[in-house]
Amino acid sequence: MCLAIPARVVLMNENQMAEVDIHGVTRTVSLSLTPDAETGSWVLIHAGFAIQVVDEEFAKESWELIKQIEWVDGDPAEVSA
Amino acid sequence: MTDLQAAWRDPELDKHLVDLITQAADRPIKLMEVCGTHTVAIARFGLRDLMPPNIALLSGPGCPVCVTANRDIDLAIELTHVDGVVLATFGDMMKVPGSYSSLQREKADGRDVRIVYSPLDAVQLAADLPDRQVVFLGVGFETTAPAIAMAILTAAQRGLDNFSVLSVHKTVPLALEALVNDPEVAIDGFILPGHVSTIIGPEPYRFLAERYHVPGVATGFEPVDVLQGVWMLAKQLHEGRAEIEVAYRRGVSADGNPTARARIAEVFEPSDAEWRGIGVIPGTGLAIRPEFAAWDAALRFDVTPPPPKEIPGCQCGEVLRGVTLPFECKLFGRACTPEHPIGPCMVSSEGSCAAYYRYTDYGR
Repeated sequence: MCLAIPARVVLMNENQMAEVDIHGVTRTVSLSLTPDAETGSWVLIHAGFAIQVVDEEFAKESWELIKQIEWVDGDPAEVSA
Repeated sequence: MTDLQAAWRDPELDKHLVDLITQAADRPIKLMEVCGTHTVAIARFGLRDLMPPNIALLSGPGCPVCVTANRDIDLAIELTHVDGVVLATFGDMMKVPGSYSSLQREKADGRDVRIVYSPLDAVQLAADLPDRQVVFLGVGFETTAPAIAMAILTAAQRGLDNFSVLSVHKTVPLALEALVNDPEVAIDGFILPGHVSTIIGPEPYRFLAERYHVPGVATGFEPVDVLQGVWMLAKQLHEGRAEIEVAYRRGVSADGNPTARARIAEVFEPSDAEWRGIGVIPGTGLAIRPEFAAWDAALRFDVTPPPPKEIPGCQCGEVLRGVTLPFECKLFGRACTPEHPIGPCMVSSEGSCAAYYRYTDYGR
C-alpha cells in the first residue's frame, strides 16, 4: 500500500496540479506536498500526490558506490552509500 | 530513470551484496521487514532464498490493510448502511473481512461503495454528488496520511460539507517499540519502510537504536535496495553497532518531507490506535483535530457496529508480529488462498500470507 512510483513532471497546471509521465502513461497528480518539484523533475507518486523529488544524480552515485564496496582484511569496508 | 531502475535489478550487484552479507553474518540474525511492499519484493524476487542460513527475514505489521482492526472495518461497513452515504475507499480495502462482512459484499448487496485512486477523487465525488454524503475510508501509514490531510484541507477550502473522512491511520515508529518489547518476537534489526521514511526521515526511529540497541536501515524496494539494507544491518550487528541508517537515499532525505509532515500535523493529532494482532498502541493513531471536526465521519455519523469478533482459526495477528510464519497457519494454502481468502494477510496483495502463497513454495 505504501508503494510509490517514479514519474517525470511534464506540465505544471494551476492549483499545484501537474501532468506526469509514468512509463509512458500521463496522469494528473498534485505537487502540493513537493513545492520544489518543477517541469522535468523526477518525483515519487503515491495516491495521486508527489511525495518526494528524486535526485537522479545522487541515485546513480549511490549505485556506483555499492559496486565499489569490498571486504577488506576480514572486516567490511566503510561505505557511505 | 527506467535505466536507473534496471540498475537496481542488476544480478551481478545482487551476488556481490549476498557475498558481503554472508561474510558479515557471523551469528544467527533475525531481521524484520515492517513494510508490506518489502514483503512482496522479498518474496517476488526470491531474496529469502539468497540469504545465508543464519539470516532469517521475518515479515512484520507493515501492511496498513492487514493491521486495520475488525472494529474499524465494521464501523466502515456500518457507515455504508446510513441513508445517502457513499463510501469511497482505496481498492485494497474492498475484500478485507470485518467481523461479519466486507465492503465488497456490502457493495454486492447494493450499498454505494466506490474505489478511488486518490483521496482527491473522493473530494471531487462529493462536489459531483451534492445530495449525498461522501465518506472516505482513511487507511494508511505516514506515506498516505499527507494525501488524506490534503483531501480534508481541499474540502474545507472548497466548502464541501458533504465530505468526511473516517480516519483509521496508523504511525510506524511506536509500533516498532511494541515489537521490541515483545519477548516472543526478539528482533535483531529492522528493515525500515522506505516510503514511510520518505515522509518522516530517519530521526523518529533513532530511539530504537539508542534506547533498545536495535539497529534499523530505511530501505528501498528493488532487489539491490533490499540486499543493501540487509547488508548494512548485518554489518552493524557484526561491528556491535546499533544505528539508524538509510540505504535508500534517492527516496529518503535526512529530514524526510517537512511539507508533508506539516500537513499531517495541521489536520491530525496523535491518538491511540488498535492494531490487529498487537492491540492498542498509545500514540500510533491519527485523529482528526477539533478544528476539522466538521470533516470527521466518526463525529458526523452516530453509528455503533455490533461487537467485533475474530475469524476462527486465522493466525493473521501472530503472522503480523512475526511469531508465526504464514505457512505455519493451519488454514494457509488449504482453506485460505488468494482466491478464497479467510484472513486479511491473505486478502491484501501486500499481506504476508498472500506474498508467501503467490511467490514461494513454502508450506506446500
